[in-house]
Amino acid sequence: MKKELIELKVNGRTHELAIEPRALLLDVLRQDLDLTGSKRGCDESSCGACTVLIDGVAMMSCTLLAASCEEQEITTIEGVSQHGSLAAIQKAYGDWGGAQCGFCTPGFIMTVKSLLAENPDPSEADVRAALSSNLCRCTGYSQMYEAIRSAIAAEQQGAAAK
Amino acid sequence: MTDFSIIGKPTAMVDAAEKTTGGGKYTDDLSVPGMLVGKILHSPYPHARIRRIDASRAEKLDGVLAVVVGKDAPNPYGILPVGHDEYALALDKVRYVGDNVACVVAVSEAIAEKAVELIDVEYEVLPAYFDPEESMKAQRDLIHDNKPGNLEKDYHHAFGDPDKGFAEANHIAEARFIANEVTHAAMEPHSTLASFELDPHTGKMGRLTVWSSTQVPYYLQHKLSLVLEMPMAQIRVIKPLVGGGFGGKSEVIPIEIIAAIAARKAQAPVKITYTREEVFWAHRGRPRTIIDLKTGITNDGRITCVKARVVQDGGAYCSYGVVTILYSGALLGALYDIPNIQYDGYRVLTNKPACGAMRGHGTVNVRFAFESQLDELAAKIGMDPAEIRQRNLLKPPCITVNGLRVQSYGLPECIEKTVERSGWKQRRGKLPRGRGLGIACSHYVSGAANSIIRSDMPHSTVNIKIDRDGGVVVYTGASEIGQGSDTMTAQVAAEVLGCSLARVRIIAADTDLTPIDIGSYSSRVTFMAGNATLRAAEDVKKRIAAAAAKKMNCAAEDLVFREDVVFKKGSVPPTAKRDEAEEVEVTQAGASVSGRVEGQILRGSLQQKRKEEGPKDWMTFEEAVVAAIDFHGALTGTGSYAPPQEARGGKHKGGGVGPSPAYSYSAQVAEVSVDEDTGEVTVHKVWAAHDCGRALNPVSVEGQIIGSVWMGMGQALTEEMVWKDGMLMNAGMLEYRSPSSVESPEVEPIIVESIDPEGPFGAKECSEGSLAATIPAISNAIYDAVGVRLHESPFTPERVLAALRAKRKDKALNLTEGVDPTSPARFREHGGSLCFKGKGPERHPLDPAHRQAPAVSGGTD
Repeated sequence: MKKELIELKVNGRTHELAIEPRALLLDVLRQDLDLTGSKRGCDESSCGACTVLIDGVAMMSCTLLAASCEEQEITTIEGVSQHGSLAAIQKAYGDWGGAQCGFCTPGFIMTVKSLLAENPDPSEADVRAALSSNLCRCTGYSQMYEAIRSAIAAEQQGAAAK
Repeated sequence: MTDFSIIGKPTAMVDAAEKTTGGGKYTDDLSVPGMLVGKILHSPYPHARIRRIDASRAEKLDGVLAVVVGKDAPNPYGILPVGHDEYALALDKVRYVGDNVACVVAVSEAIAEKAVELIDVEYEVLPAYFDPEESMKAQRDLIHDNKPGNLEKDYHHAFGDPDKGFAEANHIAEARFIANEVTHAAMEPHSTLASFELDPHTGKMGRLTVWSSTQVPYYLQHKLSLVLEMPMAQIRVIKPLVGGGFGGKSEVIPIEIIAAIAARKAQAPVKITYTREEVFWAHRGRPRTIIDLKTGITNDGRITCVKARVVQDGGAYCSYGVVTILYSGALLGALYDIPNIQYDGYRVLTNKPACGAMRGHGTVNVRFAFESQLDELAAKIGMDPAEIRQRNLLKPPCITVNGLRVQSYGLPECIEKTVERSGWKQRRGKLPRGRGLGIACSHYVSGAANSIIRSDMPHSTVNIKIDRDGGVVVYTGASEIGQGSDTMTAQVAAEVLGCSLARVRIIAADTDLTPIDIGSYSSRVTFMAGNATLRAAEDVKKRIAAAAAKKMNCAAEDLVFREDVVFKKGSVPPTAKRDEAEEVEVTQAGASVSGRVEGQILRGSLQQKRKEEGPKDWMTFEEAVVAAIDFHGALTGTGSYAPPQEARGGKHKGGGVGPSPAYSYSAQVAEVSVDEDTGEVTVHKVWAAHDCGRALNPVSVEGQIIGSVWMGMGQALTEEMVWKDGMLMNAGMLEYRSPSSVESPEVEPIIVESIDPEGPFGAKECSEGSLAATIPAISNAIYDAVGVRLHESPFTPERVLAALRAKRKDKALNLTEGVDPTSPARFREHGGSLCFKGKGPERHPLDPAHRQAPAVSGGTD
């Protein structure tokens, strides 16, 4: 298939790419941009391991055409840590055992980021509902809730200190 | 000493940041220059002879480099030495829908996929066997010619005197239990990258490097050597990050060998990554199991005898099957004191993907049956189900009737704690209608005492290197698969050497660099690799201590290593004197001082401080290391672990499986509610106490307990592989119904520490033992809630509803094909989910399900 030139804005940087029009965003991120943090756990948007933010909204990149994301802000897990240090949610996932094998973790963190952007102080039911878009086979989710709670507390403390 | 500085504290995994930033590399994230993509052609038939494979059309496609078929690597292999019945690609026969037939190597995935469709294969379809009890009657068209009656293996054990045992019983219960098939569904699909180097001496293809998502790099190296006819020394296996295994990656899934032969034929690096559907076909999960169980007890609740006949639907190849069927019998012992055990196990071949090892290997389904039946018996004699378990405790140290040595035994405390925390005594029987509590126990090995390949080789060996920079590098073959193996290794090394965790680097699971460790399976890593690490660290420490003692003018035994300081016993170490601010400063200084000898460039301030202090009664870890290196050269230490002879089990046939140096124990209470109109079961909370010997990293131990309980709950309520004519009908994460966050209950993990005499710092396993108790805890809670006993898992709404209606003597709903889930008599043609009674999803035109498209019944759901 003939390739076409597109521009993708990923983690604040603009990339000019020649891709097949049918190329999926996940493949472009992983193969063309070498951003392998977003994972392929299934092929049908049922596991959420490929979740990225498109203009701040959590989307599963394995069933999204890359060409449809032109002129949108794409954030991947590689764009989450800031100023050379772990974001609160990343630190908390490590501390509280939210990540075991870690394969689903990038997707979960993107989902959590989108949740917290919308609702900075979610109830446990809100968290459960939001996380239900992603699957994990290691943790049974419990330690993720603790991680999220602790990240929210850390963010609030950080905000209060400012 | 119970005062530890590293272990016992919740510690973030050493690779946590790699995982949370997306920076860590899993196999599919890797690429090498010139890498090609491999795609596998799978069999559309459950059982067929291959007449002819014509790949010429595929080979002519632009962008296709090679097509690999069975005769490119015709050597048989299998994970067990007794089960070499697999070929990387089918040689003359396919044995399940999804069996590997050919592999296309192309420049892109799209081209490879197109080429796969251009391969013409002529099959001669053979009758296929899907039900193990039917399969055992087979006279012709055997799945493997050398396995009459399609029987992979059967074992018949009697310990004590079973007849006498039943004669002594006042009450006997007898029933058939069925546990349907489940799979690991680890989040990371299997992936392999294989690459050959050109040999500078011969100019031909030489060494092979394989990166693979595996739990067992050394077994993989061995099998690759066997099939490719290359010496092991010419093969390097590297395990990058692995996205979960649960047993599914604990053997050689053909993908690894296929990638290697494809790379050889295409003369370029080849990567193959399974799609999610292919992962389901690769399977190796927990077999469907029929358990005919008979238990006898006395009036005061003592178990007198257990008799189990177990039939496992093993799928098309041996895989770990012989071990699975042995575990099912062996681990009837070592949980309770059972004086008489009779066991008849049959591992049967069927035309479905091979079953293998899955979390709680072999024990889970039998435990479900046993704990459910024990609950029935308790009800019969009017005894509290918790108490009947307490009546049958072992009295360790002891050797069970089937030859298993039990030393540390935290089960009494586990039962006590779950009963207390769940409010069992106050709440049981007083909950509202439809809500109930159930209790069950389980156990598991901390590594098998006998390795798959029998030899005197240690099961784990660890090397440690410390050089002048004061960095501690641990080389271990243990495979981190998300369970925290690398972190455990780092903690043990740091604890023994009294250094900070930041000093320790783990180099793991690379056959060129790390000494042999037989892998991450049967929950062996903490116990065995942990012990090897401990011994390696003590080996190096001895040399550091000798040199430091000389400098400090004391005996080596009088030195204490702690928090990056080596000090004389009795003296107050500088770490204790420092206030917090100073501590930060000194630790950082300690870490950044570039380990040079005194008199050379030590940091000015530190040097000055040391001078002022006069004669030494302490020195930094780094100074001690430098002192030792001046004496010895770079420090290296080796430690290894082999299970003691006394723990290796009885001499009977099959007695090698089941023995372990230590067993973990678990007791759980589940609280559920049952909707009597829909049959839906909701698990509200599970209290899970687990005896892990000692919790080296409590946050990981809790994570493993919760994860096990959660996975057990999945098997109990929703997860089930549904088959039709050998075709898997639910090969997807949603269709397989892995529970999401909204369906997952709260799990309260309770750590019990029995301090095992042989475990590293007393530790035992914590990753598998909790799984088995969850299923019967839930089924027992369902009984407590609505008074029905479910004898077939998972407890789906239709099964629960059918049981409720049967109890009320209502007309049976036509949901479960006339089979009463409280006393299932036979396997149904397929797993039993009603939605596939009609037309299944549209598939390949050659799909056997098309042969006799059943009339659409209109659906009963």
